[in-house]
Amino acid sequence: MWTKNVSEKIDNIMKPEAHRILGITHETQAEFTFRVAFDAPFEDGQFCMLSIPKFGEAPISISGRGEGYVDFTIRKVGRLTKGLFDLREGSTLFLRGPYGSSWPVEDVFAGPDKTLVVISGGTGLAPVRTTLNRFYDNQDQIKDLYLISGFKDMDAVLFDEDREKWAKAEKFHTLYTLDDSEAPGFETGMVTAHLDKIPFESFGDNYCVAVVGPPPMMHFTALGLMKLGVPAEKIWVSYERKMQCAVGKCGHCKINETYVCLEGPVFHYPRARELFD
Amino acid sequence: MGYRTDKTKLDRVLTELGSKYQIFAPAWDKRRKSVRFRSIRTADEIVLDRQSDFSIKETYYPISQVMMYFQTDNIKEAPVADPRDILIIARPCDLNSIRRLDKIFGDNGEPDYFYARLREKVRFVLLECRQGFEDCFCVSMGSNISDDYCMALRLEKNDAGELSEILVKTCDDEFDAFFRGEQEAPFEPEFVRENKKTMRIPDISRKNLKAVSDLEYWSQFDEKCIGCGGCNTVCGTCSCFDTSDVLYGDGRGDGERRRIWSSCMLEDFTETAGGARSRNTRGANMRFKVFHKFYDFKARFGEENMCVGCGRCDMRCPKDISFFDAVNGLNEETEKL
Repeated sequence: MWTKNVSEKIDNIMKPEAHRILGITHETQAEFTFRVAFDAPFEDGQFCMLSIPKFGEAPISISGRGEGYVDFTIRKVGRLTKGLFDLREGSTLFLRGPYGSSWPVEDVFAGPDKTLVVISGGTGLAPVRTTLNRFYDNQDQIKDLYLISGFKDMDAVLFDEDREKWAKAEKFHTLYTLDDSEAPGFETGMVTAHLDKIPFESFGDNYCVAVVGPPPMMHFTALGLMKLGVPAEKIWVSYERKMQCAVGKCGHCKINETYVCLEGPVFHYPRARELFD
Repeated sequence: MGYRTDKTKLDRVLTELGSKYQIFAPAWDKRRKSVRFRSIRTADEIVLDRQSDFSIKETYYPISQVMMYFQTDNIKEAPVADPRDILIIARPCDLNSIRRLDKIFGDNGEPDYFYARLREKVRFVLLECRQGFEDCFCVSMGSNISDDYCMALRLEKNDAGELSEILVKTCDDEFDAFFRGEQEAPFEPEFVRENKKTMRIPDISRKNLKAVSDLEYWSQFDEKCIGCGGCNTVCGTCSCFDTSDVLYGDGRGDGERRRIWSSCMLEDFTETAGGARSRNTRGANMRFKVFHKFYDFKARFGEENMCVGCGRCDMRCPKDISFFDAVNGLNEETEKL
């Protein structure tokens, strides 16, 4: 394939494009949501590589969609912090994507006879927000939706508006938790402590569980679910790894034979549990 | 077509080729005090009596390259510095190594534009290798033979260090034209058929992957290895890189994005912004590297393992860890499982 001038015939997959920042929301002390002009098609669960000034590129899940825009919810962490302050409404954000695998929304999650259980930890709520809103806007496409969304403490709580509207939605059954503290509208304890509140026995066979959050949270949640009789085949997870290219070249996200940027970040749990470092 | 020729003629050919090609060969780098693939002008610069320290990789996949320039609101690709094609004079192990990088940069997701721009210029001259060196195990890895070249050279030096015998095999018209009229002599390059070292490749598969991963065997590297990444640097089939942005500090946000060789042996290779690492010990990193070279590359792409048995990692390690011994040792362990 390496014939002369082959490079003239291929796209430059590492080259980002300029997108306008339409708005910035301070979700919490540590999380910002950037609303960015974007009109390429994408699937729920995918991510883009965002160029953060003074930091470099970072893989960030798409956390919201709308007419001509997408949302990215970014946690201020480490060296990322300095660059984020340079971004303003109206300024240019360079990005490329979308990349990665997606939640199997059409094929597996959606269906008027299907129940979807979503369990998220912390910023893990961001990569499932588009799916949650899709079903909120189209409640006829799901039978029931159970959401357990846990946060470390009040400073980490995200998406107040969305959480409120989901709590009031007819087909949604929501439970928000705080790890150690108490607050109105929240139960106390990690998400794993509340899994038994989900009436799995009443779902029959037609249900799926999407789990996303920090690696230990996903690991123990999956174990907890299986202890409750949820088969591994009904669970889907979304991984997070260090990425520098997002296109299968730099090697940072690789777990043995699997490149998380190409085959993931969303994985079917039977496959995910074979992945170990 | 085979020819017998002399140093004067060969040097003249190199000069003529030099207008179309950057010509790389293993040569002594005075500044870095090592044998690297450098641009050469005359044939006696080619180091014949030892394996080179670095592989051919840096000639078409630079250690550090600027990919793009940011200028306020737009991005421009960095131009290719040298418009000439690339001619690499190298031994079979290196000729075979390029296929591994081709797989990663060409067949793993969409092809990489920056890799393609230089890779498409590459042509090979086989430097005949009949004996190999102390640390080589190319035969075990199937990398002792190659036919991917447009010209082959047998270069022999006498005791005084002067080129005493030069045989040339040309494989196409372009290269044959330089030697037409010279004394014809049949020349088919020979290959190493047996190394001093034989690698017994461990039998690793999905079935025993967990068991092999959990072996106590790996923990010996926690202390021995210092995580310098030297092994990956000299390896001709290692391809991992970091990207990094450098801003010019002029307030307008102008800067550049570079790509630089990285290494899975570096402790922060898997570290996310929040500080979490997926592999936390040098033993785990060693394991990851061994699996890549002797299991998962082949499992993912089929055909062949990633390691070509060039021996450079053994030459390089400042702690005298022999990758060859590590993998052979692993084979003993896996046979017990």
